[in-house]
Amino acid sequence: MTNLWLYFSSPKTFYPLAGKLIPVFSLLAIILIAIGLYMGFAVAPTDYKQGDSYRIIYIHVAAAWMSMFIYVVMAGWAAVGMIWNTKLSDMMAGSLAPTGAMFAFVALWTGALWGKPTWGTYWVWDARLTSELILLFLYVGFIALRSAIDDPRRAARASAVLAVVGVINVPIIYFSVRWWNTLHQGASVSPEMAPKMAATMLWAMFVMAMAFWMYTIAVVLARVRSEILERESSTEWVREILARQR
Amino acid sequence: MKARNKRLMFVVVGLCGLGIAAALVLSAFNQNLVFFYSPTQVKNNEAPVNRAFRLGGLVKEGSVQRQADGLTVNFLVTDNAETIEVQYKGILPDLFKEGQGMVAQGKIGDSGRFVATEVLAKHDETYMPPEVAKALEKGKASKEAMTSSSIVSQ
Repeated sequence: MTNLWLYFSSPKTFYPLAGKLIPVFSLLAIILIAIGLYMGFAVAPTDYKQGDSYRIIYIHVAAAWMSMFIYVVMAGWAAVGMIWNTKLSDMMAGSLAPTGAMFAFVALWTGALWGKPTWGTYWVWDARLTSELILLFLYVGFIALRSAIDDPRRAARASAVLAVVGVINVPIIYFSVRWWNTLHQGASVSPEMAPKMAATMLWAMFVMAMAFWMYTIAVVLARVRSEILERESSTEWVREILARQR
Repeated sequence: MKARNKRLMFVVVGLCGLGIAAALVLSAFNQNLVFFYSPTQVKNNEAPVNRAFRLGGLVKEGSVQRQADGLTVNFLVTDNAETIEVQYKGILPDLFKEGQGMVAQGKIGDSGRFVATEVLAKHDETYMPPEVAKALEKGKASKEAMTSSSIVSQ
């Protein structure tokens, strides 16, 4: 097992593996997004209180989940890079950040569009909204710091510290609606209790979350591949690939 | 100890320290991070005096009264323990209803009434089709009818 892990943690062997996985995950993402959107917008019933405007949850909730989850994975890779000094882990962290930032932005944006018709305002400074905004800033800061330092090894170390320190924000986002009075409603789905949603709504939301997950894997692998080519451009095997493509 | 174990220790200890620091800061901020105060907190003088704050709670059933000018609304906000009278002049959000949650920004006027400058509707985390909601409502009503009739029969 450790040997397999070490085998694929080398950029040279990871590159072709990622190349094979991308089409699989892209296809899964397209299929699941189609199913999820159809379920969410055509099959799932309207809400008794909010009518059709609640349907934004199929994008909003899935995007918010992903933004938090991707941050944890990113910080995990950053920590692995800090401890074991592996090249690939920094590339992973760096490739996850733009997608995480996008999902954080989508969560905030769709949340604003949802807030106006339901709460009566696009934005309030409550704990949930503010901590999610901080998450977006952490992503942006991570990307900026990583690209501000020219030496990739130093960039990796500096940005890894930021990523690992910032992970403390994720439980704050998650529990904010429980710890404090917020305008944002509590969690509809959590491990401790039965979901407070109709079954079709819940399934549509899960399918969308899975779809975003597949999309993330596909996009991140593609980004890692191009980063491998860039960083390893002086090695023999990358030269061979480039020569073959010419 | 190997260098990498040392770094692992460093990360683990660092994260623990950071977690404790964050927990301490958050518990110290606890009162200031509250988005709104409940009617009970206001009655216990926990809300700021002579300063704007947010009041949150349920709009009491049957308490919403629209004034003759068509814009000013009076209603009671309750947390099922204490109740506060609120006056608001302006447009209410669509989800504002009796028996539902709301958050109002404003301050306590001279008459002890909360004068709001903004009213937001707060909705909960329950989503269900209208038919289910109706069925639940019906079930609740029949249950209440049963308990009240059993009281009468006693």
